[in-house]
Amino acid sequence: MTAYKYDLVIKNGQVIDPALGFGKKAFVLIKDGLIVGVEQETATLKKNLKNIPEDKIIDASDMLVVPGLIDVHVHLREPGREYAETIESGCRAAAAGGFTSICCMPNTSPCIDNQETVKFVQDRAHNSDARVYVFGAITKNIEGKELAEIGDLVSVGVVAITDDGHYVQNPDIMRRALQYSKMFNIPVAQHAEDDFLCAGGMMNESFQSTRLGIKPRPAVAEEIAVLRDIALARVTGARLHFQHITTKRAVDAIRRAKQEGISVTAEATPHHFTLTDDEIGKEFNTNLRVNPPLRTAEDRQAVIEGLIDGTIDCIATDHAPHSEEEKDCEFDQAPAGMIGLETCLGLVKSQLIDKGYLNWADAVRKMTINPARIFKLPGGTLASGRPADITVIDPNRKWKVKAENFKSKSKNSPFIGRMLSGQAAVTVLGGRVVYKR
Amino acid sequence: MSRLSSRHLLGLEGVPAEDIQLILDTTESFREVLERRIKKLPTLRGITVLNLFYEPSTRTRISFELAEKRLSADTVNFSTSTSSVKKGESLRDTVQNIEAMKIDMAVVRHGSTGAPYFLTQCMDSNIINAGDGAHEHPTQALLDMYTIRKRYGKLNGLRVVLVGDVMHSRVIRSNIWGLKTMGASVALCGPSTLMPYEVEKFGCDAYTHLDEALEGADVVNIMRIQLERQQAGLFPSQREYTKLFGINKERLKRLNKNYTIMHPGPMNRGVEISSEVADGDRSVILDQVTNGQAVRMAVLYLLSGREEGGE
Repeated sequence: MTAYKYDLVIKNGQVIDPALGFGKKAFVLIKDGLIVGVEQETATLKKNLKNIPEDKIIDASDMLVVPGLIDVHVHLREPGREYAETIESGCRAAAAGGFTSICCMPNTSPCIDNQETVKFVQDRAHNSDARVYVFGAITKNIEGKELAEIGDLVSVGVVAITDDGHYVQNPDIMRRALQYSKMFNIPVAQHAEDDFLCAGGMMNESFQSTRLGIKPRPAVAEEIAVLRDIALARVTGARLHFQHITTKRAVDAIRRAKQEGISVTAEATPHHFTLTDDEIGKEFNTNLRVNPPLRTAEDRQAVIEGLIDGTIDCIATDHAPHSEEEKDCEFDQAPAGMIGLETCLGLVKSQLIDKGYLNWADAVRKMTINPARIFKLPGGTLASGRPADITVIDPNRKWKVKAENFKSKSKNSPFIGRMLSGQAAVTVLGGRVVYKR
Repeated sequence: MSRLSSRHLLGLEGVPAEDIQLILDTTESFREVLERRIKKLPTLRGITVLNLFYEPSTRTRISFELAEKRLSADTVNFSTSTSSVKKGESLRDTVQNIEAMKIDMAVVRHGSTGAPYFLTQCMDSNIINAGDGAHEHPTQALLDMYTIRKRYGKLNGLRVVLVGDVMHSRVIRSNIWGLKTMGASVALCGPSTLMPYEVEKFGCDAYTHLDEALEGADVVNIMRIQLERQQAGLFPSQREYTKLFGINKERLKRLNKNYTIMHPGPMNRGVEISSEVADGDRSVILDQVTNGQAVRMAVLYLLSGREEGGE
């Protein structure tokens, strides 16, 4: 241990911590990997900082200092598809995007429906550039047939369960998953799109799918899935989290469910609050193929309204790496998904904050304390005694998204070439600087 | 104007009227060649055309191949019914390998919407779409339009009804764009389960009752109904489809006096069209096939950029 009073000091930044209701210029003080204070400059503090070496002080003038960002929807691809992403590369991408905690989805190969695979992921994530929390599968092998050993999964640290990528189509299985999860007080996270209504579908149902003759995944598939699960959450009293919500009707349904007091939460992705299905027919860019699909401008606006009024609790990326080879093909042959960790902050700033929909505090809340509370994660605030997970944001930095700058192993982003505003400048994980631009 | 505004023919959406006019006018002279004893021109001598068919096709493939040969092009054929992904070689690698053997133009049929566009991004050749997914089939629509123009001397102001599986038909989509650009009025007719979402945004009248659709129309273009649509549960039976949407002599009374019957083939006689209608004196179904060859000659010629005339 050093002899200094603090191991790291972040000075002169605009500190925003929605959990503490703090939004002032302040110093963030770190010792032994923990936050030991967020203080305004006083004579005492000045004295305390006197002999701290320069390289232990980060000057955050004109920057925002926020709790380390949390992304509750990330595909790390390991084990099984290490050519697209590894836990190490995914965590590096997270750090570059300003995320200190990420939740990984269980659709790996083998999938995360057993303790051994959970432990494997946890081992690989040890000492990486972000904290990795594991979502386990709801059903064995994500087949939607029999419940996975959820108790076993929780006992080794799984924070939620999901069959993400697939809807739990059988309502009886879903009901039992909700009932069973209640014993462990973990949320069930659902990819809400009815399989039958989406069969073979590649894009949203709208005049765009009609014009292009591409099989649709209709909005009503999400609406039906959401309504069914709200009914099941009501009857079971379990905690239900809707992943990547995309449609007006689904947002409305979740808003009503919350008003009724049903225990539901929801997330939305940057691509769904930024893009629409109008983009697809221009160049058949396979990076625009994603499930749930990009929707209409009306849906996009409804998602934004849901973020504004709190119906949607979290901003999550659904970071879904696919290799260049997998995406370099015909539109309908491409696997669904796009990467998102490194463009999220820029899109939040450019699409939500600059357009006046959210202020920084609201946006940060949806990427820190809200996800931390829903999934009972240790971070999400700069309260003293918490792990020193901190993101320093350069809020007005204009930058161009470039494939070669991604830390992710995959480059499948439809935002390549786009100018964004706002980017992570420094990411601190447990008092250690894991990323510096 | 003697040149097309694009070096590819990917679809008819957004293609200007002058381009369509030029193709149809050029078709006229090639159509005349087909009536000669020697049906061959030196126009594309030295040009190599690849016919790339990722879906089974008989008439379109033969029509293109004959069109190429009559223009003295060298042709190579690549046909497979397995997708590139299943085959293990990507579409990009396949075409770049073939193009490395010095190809000038490629005619492509593919089950995926946008595959012809994709090829423009990985090849230097001129690309002609011979059908991509349920998206577009521009040469079929051009030959339909040529056939109509030949019969009426115009397209502008005519009423054309397209009957059948609107949802899955690339022929219908290309016909809609082309006919509307040339000033025809277009009506669509088919079972409501085969009408795609917001179909009215095409700017056509959409009908689910055949008699209403046929009222006062000049041309009826009847699409093949595929058995697998019934198997997928999109309509209850072939029998009921024929009852509701089959074109028979009785139905024709609603049409304008000088009506025309068309079908892009292959026909299910007795299902979407009765033999009496298909073989009747107003049917131009076989003319469509002949005209198709001339249209394809015109498209190949115009896209090739060859300066010498069609003669």
